[in-house]
Amino acid sequence: MNEVITETWSWWFSGIMIASIMFFLLYFGQSFGFSSNLRTICAAAGLGKKAKLFDFNWKTQIWNLVFLIGAVIGGFIAKQFLSTDIPVQISNETIADLAKLGIGAPTSLQPRELFSFDAILSVKGFLVLAMGGLMVGFGSRYAGGCTSGHAISGLSDLQLPSLIAVIGFFIGGLAMTFFILPLIF
Amino acid sequence: MFRFQAFHMYGIIGTAVTIGIIGVALIKKFKIRDFHGNPITFYPKEKSFTRYLLGGTIFGLGWALSGACPGPMVVSIGYGYLTMAVVFLFAIIGTFLYGYFRDKLPN
Repeated sequence: MNEVITETWSWWFSGIMIASIMFFLLYFGQSFGFSSNLRTICAAAGLGKKAKLFDFNWKTQIWNLVFLIGAVIGGFIAKQFLSTDIPVQISNETIADLAKLGIGAPTSLQPRELFSFDAILSVKGFLVLAMGGLMVGFGSRYAGGCTSGHAISGLSDLQLPSLIAVIGFFIGGLAMTFFILPLIF
Repeated sequence: MFRFQAFHMYGIIGTAVTIGIIGVALIKKFKIRDFHGNPITFYPKEKSFTRYLLGGTIFGLGWALSGACPGPMVVSIGYGYLTMAVVFLFAIIGTFLYGYFRDKLPN
């Protein structure tokens, strides 16, 4: 029984959980969309003075900040109590592709070359982290949502704008993976 | 995921969306109410094209580069990858930059 909990959870179980989260939030009169937390944080930081987008009563969004904190706690619980030393399972082809980029086979959840503390200390390492984050933040607000808001909630409601956004996610993801990452690494 | 060498992420999203579509349809059909007694309403998104495609593409670039969207960023921080805090901080900065330049961007 212990192994079932500590091994990687099956994709269908994660999918059920994510859909359940969406319905749980709907049941309490909210909706599942994580990137609006980035907007709320900007508003709470007083950036409403600099840009209209952040000029709103952010305290109405505290429920979503609580969700964010819950996600952090969830990650902590997963690491402390539910994980083992088994590294993330990726395919052999992916391991071979990553080797060409200079990234070693998995020893844990995230690649050490990108996310170890040393990564911040090199210019290139820092820029990868910073530019990646910047584009996620900028893109999600521009599109009005991230994978939770568009791919999960939006598609569940059969929203065409969400489908366009998801197509965009894939165009960007594929472009980065096949054209840009090989140039950087 | 973007190398099409693993089914896992597609399985997760596919399962969630399938259940989601069925569940939302049921909520609408039976006009299910929420905890407070109000009908659960779904708000149609603003009709547009450029912002979704362009915004989505920029998001996708960042997603593949950093390996995380906003939720997983904070989960990773909880998991112990404190470098994700750099990614998250810049996601906030990116959000601000969008807000700042919003009027000048195509919609």
